[in-house]
Amino acid sequence: MAERGARSPTLVFALVLALAGVSMGACGPGAGIDRTLRIGSTTSMYDTGLLDALVPDFEAERPGVQVEVFAVGSGEALALGRRGDVDLVLVHSPTAEERFVAEGHGRDRRTFARNDFVLAGPASDPADVRGLGIVEAFRRIAETGARFVSRGDDSGTHVRERGIWEAAQRAPEWSGYEEVGQGMSAALLIASERDAYVLTDRATLVSLAGDLTLVPLVEDDPMLENLYSVIEVVDAANPEDARAFAEWLLTPETLERLGRFGVERFGAPLFRPVEPPSTGP
Amino acid sequence: MNPFAEAWRLLTSGDLYVREVVLRSLAISGSALALATVIAVPIGVAVALGRFRLRLPVIVLLNTGLALPPVVVGLAVYLLLSRSGPLGALQLLYSPAAMVAAQVVLAGPYIAAVTLAAVDAVPSDVRLQARGLGATRLRAVALHVREARWSLVAAVAAGFGAIVSEVGAAMIVGGNILGRTRVMTTTIVLETRRGNFGVAIALGTVLLVLALAVNLTLLALAGWGRRDSPRRGSRRPITS
Repeated sequence: MAERGARSPTLVFALVLALAGVSMGACGPGAGIDRTLRIGSTTSMYDTGLLDALVPDFEAERPGVQVEVFAVGSGEALALGRRGDVDLVLVHSPTAEERFVAEGHGRDRRTFARNDFVLAGPASDPADVRGLGIVEAFRRIAETGARFVSRGDDSGTHVRERGIWEAAQRAPEWSGYEEVGQGMSAALLIASERDAYVLTDRATLVSLAGDLTLVPLVEDDPMLENLYSVIEVVDAANPEDARAFAEWLLTPETLERLGRFGVERFGAPLFRPVEPPSTGP
Repeated sequence: MNPFAEAWRLLTSGDLYVREVVLRSLAISGSALALATVIAVPIGVAVALGRFRLRLPVIVLLNTGLALPPVVVGLAVYLLLSRSGPLGALQLLYSPAAMVAAQVVLAGPYIAAVTLAAVDAVPSDVRLQARGLGATRLRAVALHVREARWSLVAAVAAGFGAIVSEVGAAMIVGGNILGRTRVMTTTIVLETRRGNFGVAIALGTVLLVLALAVNLTLLALAGWGRRDSPRRGSRRPITS
């Protein structure tokens, strides 16, 4: 090879390899971290900032593990659990959860928090649903063909929404019914832009309040109860830390913190801990 | 059924969901491309052939347009069209029109910049000879631009390839609304995340085939461009 002094191709090649090696090393976990815990979560637990507030405490109490949260919605979180791509799921889709455990993909389902769903919509309330029961409200929205934004992503919220359409005996099939296939915050922003009705969990609605033109129109209906559960994944890559997280989540200290979350920023708690901790099938 | 077999089934059976999404992508990107071409080509020609004080800064601006990150364009269009933004009254956000607007902004500078370079590369003899023979300014310019036609077609084809495969801006300004603003790229994201790999692979295949078609077109046009180049062989007299 022709000698070109300090600019020889071999030297350049070696430098590039060294740089690549260093940057790949930098991508991995930092010093002292040798385990990763992957959690698939509903978007409402993440978008509100709850997990960002709680996770560092868990990492502090259990050195050596780094938590990675995938805020993808309950449907996808359970799908990730099925494929073993996450170690733990935090979801709010009870029927799907029960099937998940019955099929052997999850174990030790523990319900740890609750809040409620709310039907939000434009202040002008074109379908005149304010104060009605949720089933009657949905019926009226269907009959007037009002604009309604749906998650359309098999999330816990989407499953509950489908359940209410079934109870109302109306198929959501008119031109104003828009499925966005995205998380709760995205769906709320779209509904706000388009002056549409939307079924949302209260926590995400409160956390976005300043950015939305939507107002709560229907609440406090038995069908709007929203339960959050944590399930350990059977095929997990890291089952020990998954179990540790689930147990840590259910300790009185953590539950108390969870119950206080949001009061400072939003004036009201976003999630209510379930007392006493209950263990599902 | 394994996802590749599912994808094949969806494509060969003309599945309605897949078909609707593909047609919408082509419609949105096709409209954006037409609009961008109509706006950008005259601008590129004018800047290439014109002589005005701000010519150099304008050229720099157009070339910067080539480097615009598509998702940033999406963000900018979102901020413009959102109800709390300056054009909010138009209520265009989360509509196909918003997506066309973003794609025009993406494809426009690219087409203008390549037009500029291609027209600039044509020797001025063509224009001057035509004028010498009595042609009007407009006619002379038309003949000059005609010499660069294959490069222009190539630029338009490349612009199409870029906007039809873009996903960030499409998601931000479109909202991925089923039956309204869901296009191939945003559908691939959604269906991959839902685990419906068959649909994702089917649409990915369509995109790949489109990309291949665009590249083959570019290759062919490059060949024609070389054949027609005034530098090869003797000058052809202007006969039209």
